[in-house]
Formats: sequence, C-alpha cells, structure tokens
Amino acid sequence: MDDTDKSLLNDFQRNFPLVARPYAEIGARLSMSEDEVIEAYANLAEQKYISRIGAVIAPNQVGASTLAAMRVPEDRLAEVAEFVTSFSQVNHNYEREHDINLWFVVAADDVLEVGEVLSRIEAETDLEVLNLPIIEDYHLDLGFKLEWA
Amino acid sequence: MIDISIEDRTLIELICDGLPLAARPYQVLGSRIGMAETEVIERLRNLIDGGVIRRFGVVVQHRRLGYTANGMSVWNVPDARVREVGEQMGQFEYVTLCYQRPRHAPSWPYNLFAMVHGAAKDKVLEQVKTIAETLELTHVERDVLFSRRQFKQCGARYGCKGKVDNEPCKTA
Repeated sequence: MDDTDKSLLNDFQRNFPLVARPYAEIGARLSMSEDEVIEAYANLAEQKYISRIGAVIAPNQVGASTLAAMRVPEDRLAEVAEFVTSFSQVNHNYEREHDINLWFVVAADDVLEVGEVLSRIEAETDLEVLNLPIIEDYHLDLGFKLEWA
Repeated sequence: MIDISIEDRTLIELICDGLPLAARPYQVLGSRIGMAETEVIERLRNLIDGGVIRRFGVVVQHRRLGYTANGMSVWNVPDARVREVGEQMGQFEYVTLCYQRPRHAPSWPYNLFAMVHGAAKDKVLEQVKTIAETLELTHVERDVLFSRRQFKQCGARYGCKGKVDNEPCKTA
C-alpha cells in the first residue's frame, strides 16, 4: 500500500466531499486525476480494505435496536446461538469470553418489535435475556485513525 | 427519534450500499429514485448537519487492516460520573463505540461499554489499562470481553435493514 492509498483511507473517513464531482475534488487535494482516485478506491474495495464509501447512521434514528446478552450453558450454546441467529432482526451474534457468553444485536422497525424478539427467545430457550439498550451515546465517530508500522 | 421524511429514508436506504464509484455519484444515486443531483447533495448535507448521519465517508475494514482484536470493555462507573467519564472515554482514538447501558444487578454490574480495537489481545488490554489510568478509573470494577465464536455478522448498520455490504449475512 502506497502513501496515496493511505491518504485515501485515512483522510476521507468523514467530511467526504458533497459536491457534484467528489472524486475530482479528492484528486485535486492529492495531485491525482479523478479517474485515478476512482480506480484506487475500486482497488481498495476489491481488496476489502474498505467496505464502502457511505453513511454511518446514528443509532436509533431510524428504527430501534438493542444489545442483548444471555448466560447459556456450554452444552446448549450451539443450539441456542442457532435459534437466535434464525431471527432476521438479529444482525450480530457472538460468543464472548465471559459466563454471560452469548451477545447479539437486535434491530427492528420499532421498540415493540425488538421486545417481541427478546420475549420469543426467552420463552423458547427458557433462559434469561439481558436487555441492554443504549441510554446515552458518547462516541462522536470521527473515523478510525490508521497507523502503519 | 427524529421525524425523517420518506424521501430521506429512501435516500438513507440507497446510500447503505455505498456511494457509486462514478464521476458523478450523487447523480447516479438520484437517478435511481428520480431525485435531482442537487437535491441528493442538499438532503445528505441536512441529514449530516441534523445528526441523523453521524459520519459520511470511507468505511474501513478494521480486521483486514490488521486490527484483528476487539475487546468490549465494560465498566461500573458511579451514575453521577458516567456522562463525564463516557464523554472522555469516547475520545480515545482506539475506542470505536462508547455507550451507557443499564445494569442488571446482580449478574451484570456494568453501565459503561467501550469497544477497543487493537492489533492483538494484549495490545487491547494495555489500551484499556491506559484508559483506566488516564481517567482515574483504576479502582472502578471493569472487565474486557473478547469475542470467541462469530455466529452471525451482517455488518450491522443502523437504518440499513437487510443491506449488507453487498453480501448476505455471514452465519457460522
């Protein structure tokens, strides 16, 4: 990865130009042509260094979501995890190193639907689900400063 | 929740797939929903200024770039201090999420969650220790939960229901 790629990754994580030809504007700042910028981003996406150029939506502005956690006996973990994963409203589901070992995010159209998913998981598994919705968000998300050794 | 117009919702759904890599990407987006390029730009600017879109730009893949360890640090901060501490914790450059969430006594005493990214587990633990020392939280009960198995990962994006970095959800 060359210095140009590093700039393209680091310097445009926020305040991406909102002008008719944003890649030309980036090119002007980095002494590249518009086509070179587009090609470089296409390569970075191809190599999966970036997932996309796009919008990070603030939580709970569109729809509702929560983080939920369960203490699942080791011998039931695979089965319970599979059941949790089967809900389309579950978009993250991880085992974590703790006795509260199953952690997942439920996102739905509204709080009611989120609650229904949690209730169904509790009823079906006969295990307690901890509901841990965001009370307050403290992270401003200025992007992620990458460091190269 | 802010009241968001149908037009803005449509635009948000559309932009979940990412900005097209074309000379005039906002025009390309607009043409898919019958919206003028200038209106697309104007609406995006308002959504950013209004805080609905928190960040608009390149979304990097931490793992692919070598930040393979992520630890969920959790803290039991006195309620009176949680906002002040949270706001400071959210500013560390390796913290990518920082939320206050409810405790569930007695099994779950923690009320502040901060996701910490690093090149390796011990690096993450070192960074958590630095946070504790810098914010004078060494006497506060804390833990760091590392992920083990991944059962499902849809590149969770709020407001992007079912849109998944152009790939289906990965399930184990």
